[in-house]
Amino acid sequence: MAKVGLFLGCITPLRYPGIESSTIDVLEALGVEAKILQGTSCCPAPGVFRSFDQEVWRALGARNLALAEEQGVEILNICNGCFGSLSESSHQLREDPKKLEKVNNILSQIGKKYNGTAKVRHFAEFLYRDVGLENIAKRVKNKQDHLKVAVHYGCHFLKPRMLKEIDDPERPKILDELVEVTGAKSIPYKDKQMCCGAGGGVRARTKDVAQKMTIQKMENINEVGANVIVDVCPFCHLQFDQGQEEVETKVPVLHLSQLYVLAFGLPKERMGVEAHAIPVNF
Amino acid sequence: MSEEGEPKLVNPEFTKEVIKRGADTITLCFQCATCTGGCPSGRITAFRTRKLMRRVQLGFKEDVLPSDELWLCTTCMTCDERCPRGVKITDIIMTLRNMAVEEGHMAEAHKRTAGMLIKTGHAIPMGDKFRELRKTLKLDEVPPTVLCDPKLYEDVVKIMKATEFDKLIGERIDG
Ligand code: SF4
Ligand code: SF4
Repeated sequence: MAKVGLFLGCITPLRYPGIESSTIDVLEALGVEAKILQGTSCCPAPGVFRSFDQEVWRALGARNLALAEEQGVEILNICNGCFGSLSESSHQLREDPKKLEKVNNILSQIGKKYNGTAKVRHFAEFLYRDVGLENIAKRVKNKQDHLKVAVHYGCHFLKPRMLKEIDDPERPKILDELVEVTGAKSIPYKDKQMCCGAGGGVRARTKDVAQKMTIQKMENINEVGANVIVDVCPFCHLQFDQGQEEVETKVPVLHLSQLYVLAFGLPKERMGVEAHAIPVNF
Repeated sequence: MSEEGEPKLVNPEFTKEVIKRGADTITLCFQCATCTGGCPSGRITAFRTRKLMRRVQLGFKEDVLPSDELWLCTTCMTCDERCPRGVKITDIIMTLRNMAVEEGHMAEAHKRTAGMLIKTGHAIPMGDKFRELRKTLKLDEVPPTVLCDPKLYEDVVKIMKATEFDKLIGERIDG
């Protein structure tokens, strides 16, 4: 199994640090050699910073990628935004030598070089492929059969399909399987693959538009009576957790790592659910 | 956006510039509107992905760059996934947004987010509440990122200066 460097990003450590501690505990429980990748910055966020200036977005991305390269680890993301951003920047730098050269001219000012070899991984995809459902199943101590889960994939986990090569973005199974291995039930709902509404700088700029998308998703989630939303992205997590103010039946939110803390019987206090706006009482 | 009936300024240079910046798949769009049909933003706003693509093909720069609708896309990539012509729609939108920002079209909220990156190397601030929570969770009180080492933050600042991001955002970086 590959050695991984956990990429923290921004929203996880600064808004939902429980996702950070849960991920660390879960990886350890599964025997994964994981360390936090030290000294990283914002990925930088694909919705805002890539929209503003792709040059700075690529250069800061390359610095993060170079850190993983230096330390000989695969870069493991617990956020779809970071995953999307670093997958895309590393892809561009692999495909386009001119862009790589330009970025390296900049990195030379801080004594760094990126060779274009970093491997960008997503937590869920890593668990599925490298650890495997069987090994995860062996670790499940507390069956979560009380949970009726609305699985939310988010957008940048599986799309673009050709770049990510993880699962069919229109009819995926990977995350449903990762949820159901805990004994929880993934319930189908209308427009399951729809965006949470937060991305692309929309939450920051036009919060009402983001909210309306979330409310649409919540109508569909409540229609099937789900009692929890499971996501793999702290930004979707934040949008669902803080975007349900106007929704009558509020559904709590768990990151996949937090669900595994429950299922594996790891210390619950490391889930950090104090940070959640919607109480989590599992 | 021009008023109905008002003649629009066609600017072929605009289309060429978009293509030059790498968004060359814009020429492939044959206006089927599959993109619009699946767009979650278009469901609740007047933003129409197909129309945006057409305006770029026709060179309606003044319709596109200053518009609010350019910023209603969540980059969900549903359109990219479904487009029968392989138009890289979100890449095109990224290119257009970069051009809009260069021309000075940037919302205050986005300037604040950009300012945060310049000031800290992260997109959001670190609050006391979360410091405390990190301690309770037995994590490093300050995350082991550029936040915990001024020298590493300086590296990030150098990159932002080298790419003139600070100038673009209109924020001076001290030192
Ligand atoms: S789906 Fe593709 S070809 Fe059809 S209108 Fe949209 S961009 Fe053009
Ligand atoms: S990527 Fe943007 S334009 Fe395309 S479907 Fe999603 S919100 Fe609409």
